[in-house]
Amino acid sequence: MTMHMPVAGPHTHTLFTVSRTMLTVVVALTPATLFGLWQFGWPAIFLFLTTVLSAWVFEVACLWIAKKPIRPFATDGSAILSGWLVAMTLPPYAPWWVGTIGAFIAIVLAKQIFGGLGQNLFNPAMVARAMLVVALPVQMTTWIAPVGLLDGPSFLHGLSITFLGAQDFDAVSSASTLSHIKSQISAGATMGEILPTLADLESRLLGFVPGSLGETSTLLLALGGLLLLVTRIITPTIPLAVLGTIATLSAVCSFFAPDRFAPPILHLTSGSTMLCAFFIATDYVTSPVSTAGKWVYGIGIGTLIFVIRTFGAFPEGVAFAVLLMNSVTPLIETYIRPRIFGRSRSGKPLGTTKPAKGATK
Amino acid sequence: MRLPSIATLFHPLQSFSIRGGIHPETHKHLTSECEIETMPMPTLIRLPLQQHIGAEAEPIVRRDDLVLKGQLIAKARGPLSANIHAPTSGRVIAVGHFVAPHASGLPVPTITLRPDGEDRWGPHLPRLRPENASPEEIAAQVAAAGIVGMGGATFPSAVKLNLRAKYDLTTLILNGAECEPYLTCDDRLMRERAEEIADGIGIMARALGVKQVFVAIESNKPQAIEAMTRYNRALGYTFKVHVVPTQYPMGSEKHLVKMITGRETPARALTADLGVVVHNIATAHAVHLAVRYGEPLIARTVTVSGHGIRRPANLRVLIGTPVSEIIAHCGGFTEEPDRLLLGGPMMGMPIQNPRVPVVKGTNGILALTAAETPEAKTMPCIRCGRCVQGCPVGLTPFELNARIHAGDLEGAAKVGLMDCLACGCCSYNCPANLPLVQSFQFAKGKLAERQSRKHQQEETKRLAAARKAREEAILEAKKQMMLKRKAEMAAKKKAEEAAAAAEMPPPATATAIQGEATP
Repeated sequence: MTMHMPVAGPHTHTLFTVSRTMLTVVVALTPATLFGLWQFGWPAIFLFLTTVLSAWVFEVACLWIAKKPIRPFATDGSAILSGWLVAMTLPPYAPWWVGTIGAFIAIVLAKQIFGGLGQNLFNPAMVARAMLVVALPVQMTTWIAPVGLLDGPSFLHGLSITFLGAQDFDAVSSASTLSHIKSQISAGATMGEILPTLADLESRLLGFVPGSLGETSTLLLALGGLLLLVTRIITPTIPLAVLGTIATLSAVCSFFAPDRFAPPILHLTSGSTMLCAFFIATDYVTSPVSTAGKWVYGIGIGTLIFVIRTFGAFPEGVAFAVLLMNSVTPLIETYIRPRIFGRSRSGKPLGTTKPAKGATK
Repeated sequence: MRLPSIATLFHPLQSFSIRGGIHPETHKHLTSECEIETMPMPTLIRLPLQQHIGAEAEPIVRRDDLVLKGQLIAKARGPLSANIHAPTSGRVIAVGHFVAPHASGLPVPTITLRPDGEDRWGPHLPRLRPENASPEEIAAQVAAAGIVGMGGATFPSAVKLNLRAKYDLTTLILNGAECEPYLTCDDRLMRERAEEIADGIGIMARALGVKQVFVAIESNKPQAIEAMTRYNRALGYTFKVHVVPTQYPMGSEKHLVKMITGRETPARALTADLGVVVHNIATAHAVHLAVRYGEPLIARTVTVSGHGIRRPANLRVLIGTPVSEIIAHCGGFTEEPDRLLLGGPMMGMPIQNPRVPVVKGTNGILALTAAETPEAKTMPCIRCGRCVQGCPVGLTPFELNARIHAGDLEGAAKVGLMDCLACGCCSYNCPANLPLVQSFQFAKGKLAERQSRKHQQEETKRLAAARKAREEAILEAKKQMMLKRKAEMAAKKKAEEAAAAAEMPPPATATAIQGEATP
C-alpha cells in the first residue's frame, strides 16, 4: 500500500459543492425563465443569452486580469447565475447593451472588484438592477404585454429589436402591475378604482402579465424556491420573513386604509417579490448566516420593499431594499450570533444547578 | 453524478433534536447484518503502553518472559492510568518501541508478544458477586481489569465509576448512539449480547449509586433497540431505552445528556456537574466480563468496513492484533484504498502503517476508496452558512477560519474556538471543501503552544528576577558586612588608639606628673 501524507478528518464529505449548489439554483430558476422566454418571445431570448454570455465573458476577463486560476472559477457557475439573475430582472425588449452593461456592473463592479467569489458586499444582480433603473429609466421601464413566442416578433425582427434597437414592435407596450398602481395612485385614484383595471389574480399567479423577463410567473418562481428548500440549498427563514413581512404590513395597512394601500395578495403576486424572497434575498454571500440574523435581515427587506413601493418614488423597491439590508449584514453578523452550547448569550458559562459535593460542604 | 439519498435530505425529527449536526450517508448496511465473528489467533500481538488517557502504563515483564492469557504485563502508573493484560499466552519478544496507532506514526513504547497458539489462561481476577459487592469493590475490579472508555475516548472507566465521591450522581446514560457512519460494532454487540450488556449496566449503576439509567440508541438501529428493551433490568435496576434521532454527533457526551435529560452542561464543566455519567455500551460489556468472570479487557469488537474491504465484517479481536492481519482476514482490499482509518470517518485517525495494532479504543478499521473520501480541491468561502447550521456547539466556523487565516488566534478564541468539539460537521458540510475543523485543531495547538511558551517565559522571567533579587541581596549583605567590618575595624582602631594612648601618656602630662612627683 502506498503511503499518503496524513490527512485530517473528516474523511467523508457532503455531495454539495459550490458548483453543484449554483447548478441547483439554475435548475430552480429554469421553469420561470423558460416561461418568461416563451411569453416574451425572441427579443427576450436574445437579451437573455447576451446577458448570461457577457456575464461569463466578464468573469473570465477579470480572472485573467487578476491572474487568478481561470478554470475552477469560470466553471463554478456563479457568473452564469449572476448574469441569469440580471437578465431575469430586465424588461424583455431592452436592447442588448442594457444586458451587457448590467452584466458588467454585476460581475466587474459588484463582484470582482470586491475580490471575486464570496467577497462581494452587495448582491451583484441587485447592484446591476439598481444602477440600471437609476441610469436608464426609459429602457428599464418599457414593459411589453406578453404575447407568446409564436405570436410575437419573428426571429429576425427579434434580432433587430435586441441588437439594432428597432422600436417598431407592434406588441402593445403597457405598464407593469406595480407601475400602473403607482401612476394611478399619484393621479389621485383610489385602490378600489384601480383594482378592477389590473390583470386578474390567475394571470398574475401564472405570469400572463407585463413585467420583467423572468419575474412574471409567481407560481413557477415559488416552485423553484420549493426545489431549493427541498434540496436544502436554502433554509425557509429568509423567504418566510420577507413574504411574511410584506403580507403582514400590507394587510394591516390595507385594512385600515383600503383606498390608499394595495392588498397583500397584490404585493405577493406582483413585481419581483417571489424572485426576491427565494433567489435574491437568500444569496449566500450577502445575507447573514445565523437563523436569528436571517429573520432580522428578511424582515428588514420585507419592510423596505413595502415602504419603497408604497411611499417611494419608484414603483418597485426590491433592489434598493436588498442593497440596504446587504449593507447591514456585517452589523447583523457581529451582534446576532448563535448561542454557544453551555454558555449564555453573553458568552458566560451557564451556572450549574446542582453543585458538586465538595462545594456544598 | 452521485445524488444524495433521501435519508440525508429529510429528517423530520431534527426539530426535536440537538442543534446543528449533520446526516451523512451512514454506509452501515455494509456490516449491520454481519454477525460478530471471532478473529483467529494473530501471529504477533503488539501492546502499546499508552492505550488510554492519562499516564503510560509501566511494563512489568521483560524480554523472553512467558506470559499467560489475562496476566498483567503493564501496571497502571498513578491514579489516571490503566492496566494492560496479555491477550493470549505466549512469549514476550520485545519491550521496546513500535509505530503508534496514530496519525503521527511515531514510535511509542510497546510490548510485543508472540502467541504460542495454546491460548492458556493464567489465573483470572477474583470474581465478584456484584449483588453483594460495595461500589468501591466494583470500581477496584474495573480498574484491575484495565477497562477504559471503549467508544474511542479511552478514559479510564474506574475513575468515572468513582465520581460518586465528588458529585451527587443521579443518572447513568449508556451511549449506544454510534453516530459515526460505517461503524456497527456497538449495534451488533447490543443485538447479540444484550443480556450481558444489561448485567454490565446494572453493575455500573450499582457502583455509581444512581437513581435512573437510560440506554441511548439511535433510531436507525431497531433491532438493537428491541434487544435492549427486552433485557432492560439487572441488579434491581430497570433502565429505559431512549431512542434518539439518527444524527451526527448524537454520541457526543454533552449533547447526549442534553437530548435525554434536557439539561445543558455548562462550558468547561463535566456532565457529572449535572449528576450525569455517560458510559459506552461496549464498556458495559467489558465490565460484565470483568466483574462476573474476572476477565480483564483483552478483546474488543471492531467493525472492519469501507468499500475498500473485500469482506466487511464485525470481528471480536484480541487487543494488539495488527491491522494488516485483520484486513487479510477480511479478504484484503478490493482496490488500493485512498486512506486507512482507525475509528469512524468523521473523527477517526488515518494511519500510514497497516502493521499498527488494534488498541482498547479502536472501534473501527475503515479502508475508504477515493470515491468515498473528499476531494482535495477547495474553493473560496461563499458564506453559505452550512457550517453554522451544522455546528452542534453554535459556533461560526467560517468566521473562525477567516480569523485563523488572518493570524488572529486570540480573536478566534474570543468567538468560541475553545468550545469546538472537533466533530467535523463544518468541514463535512462545506461546499467549498475548506479544511475548517482542521484549521481549528491547528489553532488550538498553536494557542496551547503559545500559552506554554508564555508560561515558560514568565517562569524564566520570574526565576531571573528572583535570582537577581537574590544576588542583589547577597551583594547588599556583603556590602553591609563590609561596612560593618569597616566600622568594626574603625572602632577597633579607635579603641586601640585609645588604649595605646592610655598606656603611653602624652609627654606633657608625663612631665607634669613628673613635675608633680619631683617636688
